[in-house]
Amino acid sequence: MEARTQPTTHATMLGRTPPGAAAPAGSAPPPLKAESRGLSFHYGKFQALKSITMPVHEHRVTALIGPSGCGKSTFLRCFNRMHDLYPGNRYEGEIVLYPDNTNLLDRDVDPIEVRMRVSMVFQKPNPFPKSIYENVAYGLRVRGVKNRNLLDDKVEASLRGAALWDEVKGRLHEVGSNLSGGQQQRLCIARALATDPEILLFDEPTSALDPIATASIEELIAELRRQVTILIVTHNMQQAARVSDYTAYMYLGELIEFDRTDTIFFKPRRKETEDYITGRFG
Amino acid sequence: MTYVAQTPEQIRGLIAKAKRRDVAFVALGVVALGIGFATFVALFVDMLIDGWARLSPEFFAQFPSRRAGQAGILSAWVGTTLVMIVTAAVAVPLGVAAGIYLEEYAPKHWVTDLIEINITNLAGVPSIVYGLLALGLFVYAFGLGQSIRTAGLTLALLILPVVIVATREAIRAIPGVIREGAYAVGATKWQTVRDHIVPYSMPGILTGVIIGMSRAIGETAPIITIGALTFIAFLPPAPVTGDFPFLSFEWLKAPFTVMPIQMFNWTSRPDEAFHANAAAAGTILVFMTLTMNALAIWLRYRLRKHIKW
Repeated sequence: MEARTQPTTHATMLGRTPPGAAAPAGSAPPPLKAESRGLSFHYGKFQALKSITMPVHEHRVTALIGPSGCGKSTFLRCFNRMHDLYPGNRYEGEIVLYPDNTNLLDRDVDPIEVRMRVSMVFQKPNPFPKSIYENVAYGLRVRGVKNRNLLDDKVEASLRGAALWDEVKGRLHEVGSNLSGGQQQRLCIARALATDPEILLFDEPTSALDPIATASIEELIAELRRQVTILIVTHNMQQAARVSDYTAYMYLGELIEFDRTDTIFFKPRRKETEDYITGRFG
Repeated sequence: MTYVAQTPEQIRGLIAKAKRRDVAFVALGVVALGIGFATFVALFVDMLIDGWARLSPEFFAQFPSRRAGQAGILSAWVGTTLVMIVTAAVAVPLGVAAGIYLEEYAPKHWVTDLIEINITNLAGVPSIVYGLLALGLFVYAFGLGQSIRTAGLTLALLILPVVIVATREAIRAIPGVIREGAYAVGATKWQTVRDHIVPYSMPGILTGVIIGMSRAIGETAPIITIGALTFIAFLPPAPVTGDFPFLSFEWLKAPFTVMPIQMFNWTSRPDEAFHANAAAAGTILVFMTLTMNALAIWLRYRLRKHIKW
């Protein structure tokens, strides 16, 4: 299956620079930040993911697309071991995080350690019913940060990183849930950024937002690529085309095709991918 | 021949028919509400009229007496207040901790299912059974005496299921995405419980606590069973003393009476004058309960103001 090809193979196929990527045309792809190797996942007896092997390139946006129920969110939630919160779930295979070669799915690796390195933004904005400041600072607080100046600096930097600072700087101590939907989602992004994660996971981050808020989040994701590696699940193919450098098409728990986004959208190798992209299916 | 209303006349006829059902249901609801409300008002007003003459500051400041005109509820309201303090101090931490454990930590299998069914059933056990249990356990086995601490522990057991169930329901009302949001930034289970689960479920827990306390404050049977006095003309030792360390817990060991027992005692006397005393005490007991409920509503409103998902 093409999807199993190693990252080096992708390099030979690159026709041009991914949108927004720093690398000049024809150069080697950016180094790997993580790699899923033969990952299978079971909800009880149901196998939701079937032996997925896929690279995640550093400082790039990788989009996971596919019809509902294809396992894209399940796959994403393996990267921060969210499935460990619920009984009856089982992983097989590994997700290796570089450069230290840690297998995130290893039983000996604490899921809390994984979540400290891999942060997440959810489908529905889920700010805590606390102040804007405390929302952003929470990740630092669980890491034991008590220094007021450090917290202040980090909160400001994260809110700036999430393009929210100018809108909320005068009311940091107001409740976060009073913000608009798009602002709440940017607050959640700031919360995820505050702890300097290595990978940031987005699970359909704009599906609850209006088009204007969606545009601002997409713009933000393109910006954030400079500082963090991004994996995004989206059911909106235009969004995948707009924000991502790489795209993975999944169907029924399998990775059908993984490639540079422009290749997936303009010259997919698999007929299934083409059918989905062109709207004949899904 | 169509089966669906199509002409404007048919549609209007359909709407009119459906709306008549609305009216019928509203009428039924108003009657049901009226019966409940009228019963409470009638009971309360009747009691208020009977006891009105006895409601005076002295009534609160006097001990019971053989002369109805001089008898007061000092020992009863002090006893009720102290017993309630012990009840809350025991039932709230135990019930909240048990609820949090069951909801957040306990593995979900048949043992926890069994425990859950048992807790729900415990809430329906007659209070006299708790009284008998307390008599055997606290009074005789532990030797705690017929004291305020025994009464407080007994009522705490009685309302524990209510507090546990309320805690669990309040925790379940917290959306899963909020919990996941906390875990996603690397919080441990305890950090999630301490920083999110407990504060967000506090309004619901408080409501449960007050409902339980409102039940406990009117309980007579278990308190009589453990041997509360019906006539007591002295107060427990004061909790604050003039000497170091200025706090005393001797009052926990003191004999006591409570409001419902004082009322029960007065109503069982042949002298009509004592019945007025009972009505006055009953009015005050209702006010104590209403005050607690009002406090609960106010606290819930204050705490919930900032909690929305």
